[in-house]
Amino acid sequence: MIAPVTVGLIIFYFYPFFRVIRDSLHDIGSFDRDLGFVGLENYITMMHDTEMWQALGNTFKYVAIIVPLSLVFALLIAVLLNAKIRGQSFFRVVYFLPAVTMSVAVSMVWRWIFNGDFGVLNSLMTTIGLEPRQWLSDKSTAMLCISIVSVWTNVGYYMIILLAGIQGISRGYYEAAEIDGATPFQKFYKITLPLLTPTIFYVIIMLVISTFQIFSEIYMMVDQRSKAMKWTQSVVMHFYRSAFSYSKKGYASAVAVLLFVIIMALTIFQMKMQKKWVNYD
Amino acid sequence: MNKKNTLSKVIVYAILIGGVLVCIFPFLWMILTSVKTNAEALAVPVKIFPAKIRLEGYQNVLTKLPFLKIYLNTIISALVTVAAQVTFCAMAGYAYARINFPFKNFLFTATLAVLMVPGTFFILPQYRIINSLGMLNTIPALFLPNLFSAMGTFLLRQFFLSLPQELEDAAYIDGCNRGTVFFKIMLPLVKPGLVSLGILTFRFAWNDLMWPMVVNTSTEKMTLSAALSYMQGQYITDFPGIMAGALMAVIPMIVIFAIFQKQFIEGVAHTGIKG
Repeated sequence: MIAPVTVGLIIFYFYPFFRVIRDSLHDIGSFDRDLGFVGLENYITMMHDTEMWQALGNTFKYVAIIVPLSLVFALLIAVLLNAKIRGQSFFRVVYFLPAVTMSVAVSMVWRWIFNGDFGVLNSLMTTIGLEPRQWLSDKSTAMLCISIVSVWTNVGYYMIILLAGIQGISRGYYEAAEIDGATPFQKFYKITLPLLTPTIFYVIIMLVISTFQIFSEIYMMVDQRSKAMKWTQSVVMHFYRSAFSYSKKGYASAVAVLLFVIIMALTIFQMKMQKKWVNYD
Repeated sequence: MNKKNTLSKVIVYAILIGGVLVCIFPFLWMILTSVKTNAEALAVPVKIFPAKIRLEGYQNVLTKLPFLKIYLNTIISALVTVAAQVTFCAMAGYAYARINFPFKNFLFTATLAVLMVPGTFFILPQYRIINSLGMLNTIPALFLPNLFSAMGTFLLRQFFLSLPQELEDAAYIDGCNRGTVFFKIMLPLVKPGLVSLGILTFRFAWNDLMWPMVVNTSTEKMTLSAALSYMQGQYITDFPGIMAGALMAVIPMIVIFAIFQKQFIEGVAHTGIKG
């Protein structure tokens, strides 16, 4: 019964895993021609590649912006929807909508909204008396704009997971707290938040892993030839460009190995830290 | 007390409705832009409504790209991926949960290890495999590596593990064989798990960009996401056209979501609890 999955995993995942590591030690030219073993040369090139360092720094910034914002908004909406609200199912559906729509299509509209010359955002800025901006090519705003799009898609999805977590908390705790006269804020801080930590932990792990691989939003919103690419590209974007735009597949394999090692390290670090703040009863 | 309650209700609704506006504005803007002329789309200050509803954007997209083919490619790729993943992962998930066989622990650990590796990591060799099979620019290239999922195997194993063993034992005593137990008893009981996996997979297959873009470069064999990125690169100045394309790409998913919203939302909720 395990044969189909196992055979498929061996061909398309186990073999590629070792192949990437091997390729990262080789020089691979255009048309996938293997030009031989070069030891750690690709890794040394990577260490001296300023674009790589910038991409890595950008990626950490994306994580630092997107993960907390997505979590806070998702949690806020989940808590509000958990209260006795009219039209709860309507709200759930509307908030989930961004999560089911293709991020490529979504990035295209946002790009249009943020457009520096004809965008609706700048129009709005001028009407309320603010300076219009070149949102997506300005160094100080480009990354933030991309992050907003990503948060916009994440919130509804993780809100559903958090809401399920909140609804799994036994009513008994809240009833006891109400008898003791607890305010809604006290109930949130003393009951909901601590008992929700396992779900929050899961959400953070998933958010970090997916944000670290942010790609399609950047690909769709920033021109590859534009200057802004330098200060918005992520590690995966850099990987894609090395592998498929510049056809440096040995080097790209080294980038992939680095990506894997960092995500692994971040996940292990979070697993270790969870003892400090996650409650399992 | 009552006054305070009303006030907090107002604040709650204000936040929720504000959020709704943020959620739907991009969709509205997509629709409005898609029915403008290019001149109207480029007007400064922005015109919210077009003088007249125009369908040129749609005509442009439909003549420049084989959109029906692209729809079909995306649908086939997504459906095959979902069907294969759910079937294969249910089989493997059940085996890992309930059957003893040699090297089980080793194989299961290896499967979990795949789960730890980001998808992007595998793309270069996967591309090379597809290339060496002469399958670049074919429909199967779109889904082949995605038919097998470590995540799905793990997810469904958790679902099977949560079912009581006694249930199965009772069926064996009544004379059922393993096949009957699996199909008639176990599978129906893990239906929420199958639905969760199906939905997650569908969403992924429908939206994925890098893999389909890399393997299929001919417009006849593209998926919607790859076609949109191609279109944005080619027709960058035709804003109504670009928005029309984006809208046509998201509508099927929105319709499917409207029909299966309960399953979608419960499916996602389950992954948080079981995973």
